[in-house]
Amino acid sequence: MASIAGDFALEQVLERPDEPPTRRFRRPRFRTWRLVVMLLAGAYFLLPLYAGLKFALQNDAGHFSFFAVKAIPSAQGFTAAFTLSMKIALVTVVLAMLLMVPTTIYVHLRLPRVRRAVEFITILPLVIPPIILITGVLASYPGWIKSSPYLLSFLYVILAMPFVYRSLDAGLGAIDLKTLVEASRSLGGSWVQTLRRVIMPNLRAALLSAMVLTLALVLGEYTMASLDIWETVPVWIVNFEQSDAHITVAASMFGLIGTWVLLTLIVSLDRSQSRRSRRKAGTA
Amino acid sequence: MDNETTDVTDPGASAPGSVTSSPVAKPWQKRLRRGVGPTLAMTPFFVYVFLGLGIPTIALINLAFRNHQGKLTTSNIHLVTHGVFLTGFENSIRLALISSIIPGVLGVFLAYAVHTSRSNIGRRLITTASGVLANFGGINLAFIFISALGAQGLLTVWLNAIHVNPYSHGFSIYTYYGVATVYLYFQLPLMMLVITPALAGLRPSWREAAANMGASSWRYWRHVGVPVLMPSVLGGMLLLFGSAFAAYATAAALTGGIIALTPIQIGNFLNGNVIAGQENVGYALGLGMLVILAVTMILYGLVRRRASRWLQ
Amino acid sequence: MDVKRKVGTLLVAGATVAGLAIVSISSTAGASSVNWSKVTHLTARGPTSMKALVAAAKKEGKLNVIALPRNWANYGQILDGFAKKYHIKINSANPEGSSGQEVTALQVDKGRSTAPDVIDVGTNYAITAQSDGLLTPYKVSTWKEIPASLKQSGGYWFDDYGGFVAIGCNSAAVTCPTSFADLAAKATKGTKYTIGLNNSPTTAAAALAGVIAAAVANGGSLDNVAPGVTYFANLNKAGTFFPGTASAATVENNSTNIVIWWDYLQASNLSNVLGSWKVIIPTDAAVGEFYTQAIAKAAPDPAAARLWEEYLYSTTGQNLWLKGEARPVELAYMQAHGTANKAWVAKLPGVPNGVTLQYPTVTQLTNAATYVDANWAAMVGAG
Repeated sequence: MASIAGDFALEQVLERPDEPPTRRFRRPRFRTWRLVVMLLAGAYFLLPLYAGLKFALQNDAGHFSFFAVKAIPSAQGFTAAFTLSMKIALVTVVLAMLLMVPTTIYVHLRLPRVRRAVEFITILPLVIPPIILITGVLASYPGWIKSSPYLLSFLYVILAMPFVYRSLDAGLGAIDLKTLVEASRSLGGSWVQTLRRVIMPNLRAALLSAMVLTLALVLGEYTMASLDIWETVPVWIVNFEQSDAHITVAASMFGLIGTWVLLTLIVSLDRSQSRRSRRKAGTA
Repeated sequence: MDNETTDVTDPGASAPGSVTSSPVAKPWQKRLRRGVGPTLAMTPFFVYVFLGLGIPTIALINLAFRNHQGKLTTSNIHLVTHGVFLTGFENSIRLALISSIIPGVLGVFLAYAVHTSRSNIGRRLITTASGVLANFGGINLAFIFISALGAQGLLTVWLNAIHVNPYSHGFSIYTYYGVATVYLYFQLPLMMLVITPALAGLRPSWREAAANMGASSWRYWRHVGVPVLMPSVLGGMLLLFGSAFAAYATAAALTGGIIALTPIQIGNFLNGNVIAGQENVGYALGLGMLVILAVTMILYGLVRRRASRWLQ
Repeated sequence: MDVKRKVGTLLVAGATVAGLAIVSISSTAGASSVNWSKVTHLTARGPTSMKALVAAAKKEGKLNVIALPRNWANYGQILDGFAKKYHIKINSANPEGSSGQEVTALQVDKGRSTAPDVIDVGTNYAITAQSDGLLTPYKVSTWKEIPASLKQSGGYWFDDYGGFVAIGCNSAAVTCPTSFADLAAKATKGTKYTIGLNNSPTTAAAALAGVIAAAVANGGSLDNVAPGVTYFANLNKAGTFFPGTASAATVENNSTNIVIWWDYLQASNLSNVLGSWKVIIPTDAAVGEFYTQAIAKAAPDPAAARLWEEYLYSTTGQNLWLKGEARPVELAYMQAHGTANKAWVAKLPGVPNGVTLQYPTVTQLTNAATYVDANWAAMVGAG
C-alpha cells in the first residue's frame, strides 16, 4: 500500500534524468492552461515578496536605500543569533543522520513489517503542534538539559523526522538494497564497508535532500526556539522588529532569499557532480 | 545473518535461566534470540521518539488535569470545552479544513504544471523554493501580506487606482478567509513537496497507452491518474490540516485575538502579560488539540480505505 | 629535641594568632561570610552596607535580566549606566518576552546560572510569583519614598514605573482626536483612520488598559469593561480597526495612523520614527498602571540583584526612567524634594485638566481580563 505522504520532491529532482517531457505536454491548449496556472501562482507568491523587499530597501523617509541591508551584519545580536542557528543546524543534521540512516536501512533490510509502524511514528511530528511539544518539554525535562541550546537540536530532529525518513525511505526503495548488501557481504565486505562504500553512495541524493530540508526547517523555526528562550535567527528577527522595522524586514527577506539560494546551490552542485561522475563511469 | 544462525548444538548456547543445559534450543528461546537483534537495533529510534515525543505528551496530559498548585482537577477540561474556548476549537478546525482542502487541490494542479514544464532549472528553483517557503511563516509573513493586501497595502492601493476596492466588498485579510489566504503561502509549497514525487510515479507511458486505446483525458484521470494519486493527495491534506491547525505565530500576528483560535489562546496563557497563574488551562487546550488531531488521523484512515475501495 | 618542640610550639602559636587575625580582618570586611540571598535590607555600616554590597556584586561579576527591551522606558541607558558604573556584565535575555515568560523562566530555569536574577512584570504576575514561592523580600534604601499602595508590605515586590493610556496619532495623515469620544466621532466608515492596539487585549497589558480606558470614557468604569469592548467592536464594524499588532513597523508603512498604547512607549517607539507623530492623554479617561520589580529567590547573583534594585531606586535610576517619559514610582517624593529632572518632567505628556487619574487594582484588572478574554473575539472579531 502506498505510504501516507509519498516521497519527497527534492530527491526526485535530484535523481530524475534530464528527459524531455512527451509531446502531449507541448499541445497548445495544455500550454495555455499551464501558463495561466503558473502566472496566477507566481503573482500570488511574488507580490507579497515584492512588498516586503520594497519596504526592506527603503529608509525612514521612504526613499530607496540600502541602509537596512548594510545594517544587518552589524545589528545588535545578529552575529550571535546567526552563529547559534548554524551550530544548532549542524548538530541537528548530524543527529538526524546518525539516528535515521541506520534505522531506515535496518527497517528496509530486516523488518519490513515494522515499516508501517515506523511510518506512522514519523508522521506524528507533523500533526503534533510545535507549541504543544515545547510546552510539554519545558514542563517535564530537568533543568540541566534545558540549559543547553542543543535541546533544540534534539527536538528539531523530531520535527525533521518526517522529511528525513521519507527521503531515505524513498532512496532505499529505489535501489535494490537486499541484492546490493548480499553481493557486498558475499564478496567479503564487512558491515561498515558495505555501509560506507555500497549503500551510502547510492543514497547520496536522498541524503542531500534530507539534509537540505532539515536545514530549511531549522533556519525557519520560530515557535519552539522563542518559547525555549534561545535567540536563533528567526527569533532575533522578531525581537528586533520593535527597534527598526526596515532592518528586520530586510533581515527576514534576505534570510528567505539567502536560504533559497544556498539550497539551490547545494542541489545544483550535486547534480553537476553526479553528472560528471556518471559521465566518467561511462553511463551518462 | 547474525541472529538467524543460532548454533543449537553448542552446549554453551543454553537459554538463560535453564537449569538443565539441554543441547537443543526450545522454540521460545529461538524466538527470543531472534527478537533480540532487531529490538536492539530499533531501540535508539524508539527511545529517541519516546524521549522527544512521548514524555512531553505525557507531561502535557498530566498537567492538563492539575491546577496551579498541582492538585488533580477536571476544572480545566470543563473550562476549555465551553464558551470562547469551544469557539476557538471550532474556528481552528474550520480554518484548518479550509487551509488544507483548498491548498491541497490547488497544490496538485500547480505541482502538475511545474512537473510537466521543460525547464530543468525552473523546476529545481521552484522545488527548493517550496522547501524554503514551507517553513516561512509567522510575523514576517503577516507583515509582508499586510504590506501587500492590508487596508493601505500596495495591491489595495493599485486596485483602488482602477476603482476596485476589495475592502468595500467585505474582503479583509484580518478575517477568517483572509487568514486562510495567507496560510496558502506555506501550505501550497508543503503540498507541492508532498505530491510531486507521486506525480513522478505517473509514468508518461501510461498516458500514451491510454491515448492509444482511445481513452479521453477525463477517462485517463478517472481510472488511472486519480486512483494512483489519491493516497498521496489525502495524505498531503492530512499533513496540511495538522500544519494549519497548529499555526500560531502567523495567526497571532494577523488577527491579534479578534478571531478565537486555540493556538493563540494557548499562547495567551503560557506567554501572556494579562492573566497569571493559569497555565494549566493552556495545557488543557493543548490536550484538546491532541484529541482533535488523533480523531482526524482516524478519520483519515477510514476515508483512505473507503476511497481506495470506491476507486477500484 | 627540646629546641624542636619549642620552635614547634612557637610556630603553632604564631599560626594561631595569625589565623585569628586573618579571620577577624575578613569578618570585618564581610565579603565572604554574608549570604546575600538572605539579606532583606542594607545597613549603614558593617558587612551588609552599601560598600559591602558593591564589593560582593562586583565579585559575582554578572547580572541576569529578562524581557527588558532597550527602548522600553529608556532601559537601554539604564542597563548601560549600571554596567559602566559597577563594571558588572549584564546578560539581557529575551528582550521582547512577556511577563508570563519571565515567571516561567523563574520556575523553569531554577539552578541554571543564566536564570533571571530580577524581574519586571505586571503586578498580578508578581503576586502570583510570590505565592508560588519564587521571590525573596528586599527593601531598597529609598523604600519610604515609594507610595504605600505601590509596594508589598513585606518587600516581596515593589512598583517601579508607569504611565497612562495615550492616543498616538499621525498628524500628517489624519486629524488628531483629543479623546475617545472624539476619535469615535471622527473614525467613521469610509474615513482613512486605522486604529491599532499594541497586541491583543487578551494577551497584552497595555492593550487591556486601552480597552479599560475606552470603557471609562464610554460610561463604564474600572469595574465595568463591557463598554470598552463595544467601543472597539463599533470601530471594527466601521472598518477603522486594525486587529494586528500596531508597532513602529505598521506606523512606518502607514497600516496604522492611530495607536492606543502606553504614553512612554509611544514616545520611545513611535515618535522617533515619524516626526509627525503626536501623543496625547485623552480628555475623557486617564487610566494608568505601574509595572513591578522583584528579586528571584533562586537568583544566581543575589548581591548583583540587590545592587541593581538600589541603582533603579536611586535618584539616578528613577531619573533615567523619567528620561524615557515614564513616571517613576518615587516621582512625587522627588518632585517635592527637588531631585526630579525638571526638563524631563516637562516633557511628560500632560494629563488634561479635570480628568481623574485612575489606577485599576489587580482585582479589577483580573476581572476585566476575564471578561475581555471571553468576549473580545465574539464581539469585535469575525468569529
